[in-house]
Amino acid sequence: MTVTSVLVFMIQTNLAKRKQVKMAEQQEKLVEVENLVTYFPIFSGILQKKTGEVKAVDDISFFIRKGETLGLVGESGCGKTTAGRSILKLQEPTSGNVFFAGQNLIEMKGEALRKMRSQMQPIFQDPFASLNPRMNAGSIIGEPLEVHNLAKGKEVRKRVEELLNMVGLSPAMAARYPHEFSGGQRQRIGIARALSASPSFIVCDEAVSALDVSIQGQIIKLLMKLGEELNLTYLFISHDLSVVRHISDRVAVMYLGKIVEITTSDNLYKNPKHPYTISLLSAVPIPDPKVDRTRERIVLKGDVPSPINPPSGCPFHTRCQMAVEECKTMKQELKTIDNEHWVACHRV
Amino acid sequence: MEKVLDVKELRTNFYTDEGVVKAVDRLSYHVNKGECVGLVGESGCGKSVSAMSVLRLIPYPPGVIEGGEILFKNEDLLEVSEKRIQEIRGNKISMIFQEPSTSLNPVLSVQRQLTESLELHRGMSKVDAKAESVRLLDLVEIPDSDRRVTDYPHQFSGGMQQRIMIAMALSCSPELIIADEPTTALDVTVQAQILELIAEMRERLGTAVLIITHNLGVVARYVERLNVMYAGSLVESGPTDVLYAKPKHPYTIGLLRSVPRLDKPKSKVMEVIEGMPPNLAHLPVGCPFAERCRYVMPQCREEKPELKELDDRHFSACFYDPNKLS
Repeated sequence: MTVTSVLVFMIQTNLAKRKQVKMAEQQEKLVEVENLVTYFPIFSGILQKKTGEVKAVDDISFFIRKGETLGLVGESGCGKTTAGRSILKLQEPTSGNVFFAGQNLIEMKGEALRKMRSQMQPIFQDPFASLNPRMNAGSIIGEPLEVHNLAKGKEVRKRVEELLNMVGLSPAMAARYPHEFSGGQRQRIGIARALSASPSFIVCDEAVSALDVSIQGQIIKLLMKLGEELNLTYLFISHDLSVVRHISDRVAVMYLGKIVEITTSDNLYKNPKHPYTISLLSAVPIPDPKVDRTRERIVLKGDVPSPINPPSGCPFHTRCQMAVEECKTMKQELKTIDNEHWVACHRV
Repeated sequence: MEKVLDVKELRTNFYTDEGVVKAVDRLSYHVNKGECVGLVGESGCGKSVSAMSVLRLIPYPPGVIEGGEILFKNEDLLEVSEKRIQEIRGNKISMIFQEPSTSLNPVLSVQRQLTESLELHRGMSKVDAKAESVRLLDLVEIPDSDRRVTDYPHQFSGGMQQRIMIAMALSCSPELIIADEPTTALDVTVQAQILELIAEMRERLGTAVLIITHNLGVVARYVERLNVMYAGSLVESGPTDVLYAKPKHPYTIGLLRSVPRLDKPKSKVMEVIEGMPPNLAHLPVGCPFAERCRYVMPQCREEKPELKELDDRHFSACFYDPNKLS
């Protein structure tokens, strides 16, 4: 064997190995979001000329592993809902890529996309607005099965019964209409509907926010149980940090259309790095007066700036305690500072 | 201690097609002078109705205050004339509501809304009232107050609108402020700002505050005493520190355990209260919580437990031995 052939062989095996590693990584990641951008144009004047854009989601990238729950937290208007909708392609993103099981959803169209959709389902916030009042629970839950041609006639009814049991409702309730259910029960129907096409990925957009404390606990417990039993991957969007931390494996914090920090949920409370995350955590009240009184509360001054005209450089610099002159101009990128910990702040 | 507000055996019913809804069922609580008291419960437990009853703001029909006493500085608000209650509303007792965007009048400037009660209750001249309205906005830390006072509510953010509501509530130096879910519609960082502001105002002006909320976390830091409501009546009442550390009613215990806590390590299994609150139109004979209670005994389904004092100022309405609860 000549030296060159040995070299070629080595390079080839090396490449093959790399490819294998990459494949393994790809398999692990169910959802991968790359530089996702969603802007909403603003039209004004008689001629309805485009005069600006609401930068709802402004270049975010992250991934969700198979079977994992990623929490997405942020204050209202930070773009977390738009991010969820763009990932499901319920909202056409302006640019960027979303890979689902290795396939780019953004490039998909028509039938291929429709087929893919059975794999990913949303659960919405308002159980009063997200169920059709003219359909009974059975047909609400069975509809995805028919849409995706997964079952017919008797099979649908059987599957609906199974699903109702799964979410803790009695099969006899299939004939009832949404107004006959309480808020918590309606949310259970919403969950059953999301599960009916046996998806692998579910986006929960403030799925427990509208519910009462005692009911909220029940639904969180149910979502966690189902996640484990059916090996579901969740994107759990919420403004409630305590709930998100409880349910998620990793948490991403969003501010003004950008992700400022991603870390494991245990690390989030123990070792937050981004100044926004720190102040957000300190503002969350803890139901124990002795603990809560001793915590230092960093009260952020002012309001969240408008996403139509976000601050230059780091979007948080206008309210940040650690801000220096550079923050006004320097663009912040998510950088890894530790295993599983990414922060977008150059001061960390 | 002098009581500013003393609610005794209050009963408020709503007459609906479904039957008589007992929204508030023999509720008693009090607020001392300068004290900050919490009233906690889930939606539909009657906490807001009880607050509205204090100011006689229950819509009639279908709502009727059936009985009880509401003593405000020894004057029964249920007995006084309409004219007298109007003198008290917004003057001696003022309210802060949940949704600032729906509580403020969208077609009047903030100044007009602030001066209204100043002219009415404090008899100020228009010029004085205008100057006072700017001072009030300063008090609640709205920047650029002299310029922004002529703006309309939609020009302010949610947090700023709530600040305006607080300014309005403070305008006549009331002796009691009833804050009904003052931070529920707000983001967590803004919520912290507003609660700090209410606490600061209370300290500075010595006003008594009744905070009504569904969130046990929100009030932990601020209230001195806490009342927990379930299905129209009080189930537990006590000093904040005692109540959070050693709750003695199964409902309070369950409620505290079913909220995930940021400061505690994540638990694999979450304890939750199963079932749903009862329909207020068809309340069971016994304890309203019996259906969902882990400690339920035959007695609980037959008679309704009364509030009993367990130790100093700590009351619970439960038949079960409080020392055996865990």
